[in-house]
Amino acid sequence: MEILNYAFMQRALLAAVLVGITAPAIGIYLVQRRQALMGDGIGHVAMTGVGLGFLLTWSPVWMATLVSVLGAVLMELIRWYGKTRGDIALAMLFYGGMAGGVMFINLAPGGSNANLTSYLFGSLSTVSESDVTAICLLAAFVVLVTVGLRRQLFAVSQDEEFARVTGLPVRALNLLTAVTAAVTVTVAMRVVGLLLVSALMVVPVAAAQQLTRSFAATFAISVALGVSVTIGGTVTSYYQDVPPGATIVLLTIGAFILLSLLAAPLARRRARALAAAQPAADPAECKIPATRGAADEVGV
Amino acid sequence: MSDESVISLRGVRAELGSRPVLRGIDLTVRRGQVVALLGANGSGKSTAVRTIIGQVPVTGGEIELFGTPRRRFRDWARVGYVPQRTTAAGGVPATVTEVVSSGRLSRARFGVLRKADHEAVRRALDLVGMADRAKDSVNALSGGQHQRVLIARALAAEPELLIMDEPMAGVDLASQEVLAQTLRAQVAAGATVLLVLHELGPLEPLIDRAVVLRDGCVLHDGPPPEAVGQHALPGHDHVHPHAPAGAEPIRTGLLS
Repeated sequence: MEILNYAFMQRALLAAVLVGITAPAIGIYLVQRRQALMGDGIGHVAMTGVGLGFLLTWSPVWMATLVSVLGAVLMELIRWYGKTRGDIALAMLFYGGMAGGVMFINLAPGGSNANLTSYLFGSLSTVSESDVTAICLLAAFVVLVTVGLRRQLFAVSQDEEFARVTGLPVRALNLLTAVTAAVTVTVAMRVVGLLLVSALMVVPVAAAQQLTRSFAATFAISVALGVSVTIGGTVTSYYQDVPPGATIVLLTIGAFILLSLLAAPLARRRARALAAAQPAADPAECKIPATRGAADEVGV
Repeated sequence: MSDESVISLRGVRAELGSRPVLRGIDLTVRRGQVVALLGANGSGKSTAVRTIIGQVPVTGGEIELFGTPRRRFRDWARVGYVPQRTTAAGGVPATVTEVVSSGRLSRARFGVLRKADHEAVRRALDLVGMADRAKDSVNALSGGQHQRVLIARALAAEPELLIMDEPMAGVDLASQEVLAQTLRAQVAAGATVLLVLHELGPLEPLIDRAVVLRDGCVLHDGPPPEAVGQHALPGHDHVHPHAPAGAEPIRTGLLS
């Protein structure tokens, strides 16, 4: 494996694996609460953080983390108080975040939109020693939250109103989900880029769903899929000289299509097994009874 | 039946988007009672229930659960709640067991389910006749089965008080019978129940008291009407037998 002889490739692969684990791990809860595009919104807000990082000559990764966490909390607060419609508020953050990023980076000494490109589309080969440290710390936080609190996050994402009556701190858990998603966005920023982050949060989960019946299996398969495509994409980009971020996302979508095709016969087999298990319950044909029963009476 | 009040609402007011929905509701449910909350669409019956669980903020009045002001109430394992839903599914596949297990979290410390908790989940599934579907995805269930899963989720914590918002909506006859049977067993075991209903239906024999709301006010609080003649209809005019002769019957507005 000559690919592992280069320090920059070792760093790239480590970062890719961590993104492959964390993005679907938090993404599954976003998909469950039907906020699949939240990651995309946070990604746009993080651009302002990158721009501010350049302007203040701070680390863009840590600045992006700070700003996207604030943006995610803001989104959650807008959802609570419901002053503006959720999708309108999200749109404001999308475009405000993007405009802020472009503005700040152009104000920065010697800065231009060219600096932004490596954050927008990822720049795996330039991941530095300190980037890797930041990515490892942030990824550890994401795994701790998404695995350690899986039952609580499942309950809140499945049915918020019910979760409140089980005594769970619903608001705190919603905020934690938003913050964890924001942290994941900045973890993935160097690997797939801010514009493609959301794909790794959503598509592996959607692909895994084609095969699964349980939440636990969906979680496991989507993380396995995330790791496979990030490693596969990174290795492919090394040998074929293609952009890693785009390769990873296209591989993920390919996996989704493949699993969808595989799933159709599987679903048919399951339906047949179910029908065989309870033959009387659901006859396939309509049958009109000869006499009317009490159940046929229609109230007035 | 003791005198201990399990739910107590005094002068409760609530607004949804600055429109008053509850205009001073008084409602007391005592231990062991089965109380039905009735009323037309928009009468405030669902909102009343949602103020009790804290989903809708109140603008006035007091709510107590088990004698504790709602704001300071923390003992949620004593309350089982069935929200008004047509589905138990979320955006990701989940098995019947996974959904019902989330109802046990109120008894689990730090979200860790032990052997006793898993057994309680299994018992709850047995109660609603869904034990054979435990490993199936909730996406594969019928409307009535979804409702049975939601009720099993509420029962998983083995609550003393059940609050159900329209548990019979969109439920097939077979599931209605299972649900009535489940509720009968809970009541026999001493559970207190507050039900939001559109009509009394198959649950009627279980109900001790009916509270009828209209336009956010309590219109009637007393024994459920007997189902004979026009009374058997889902909406009917309630005539108090002790009212003076010739008095206007109370019109609940259910038919109008």
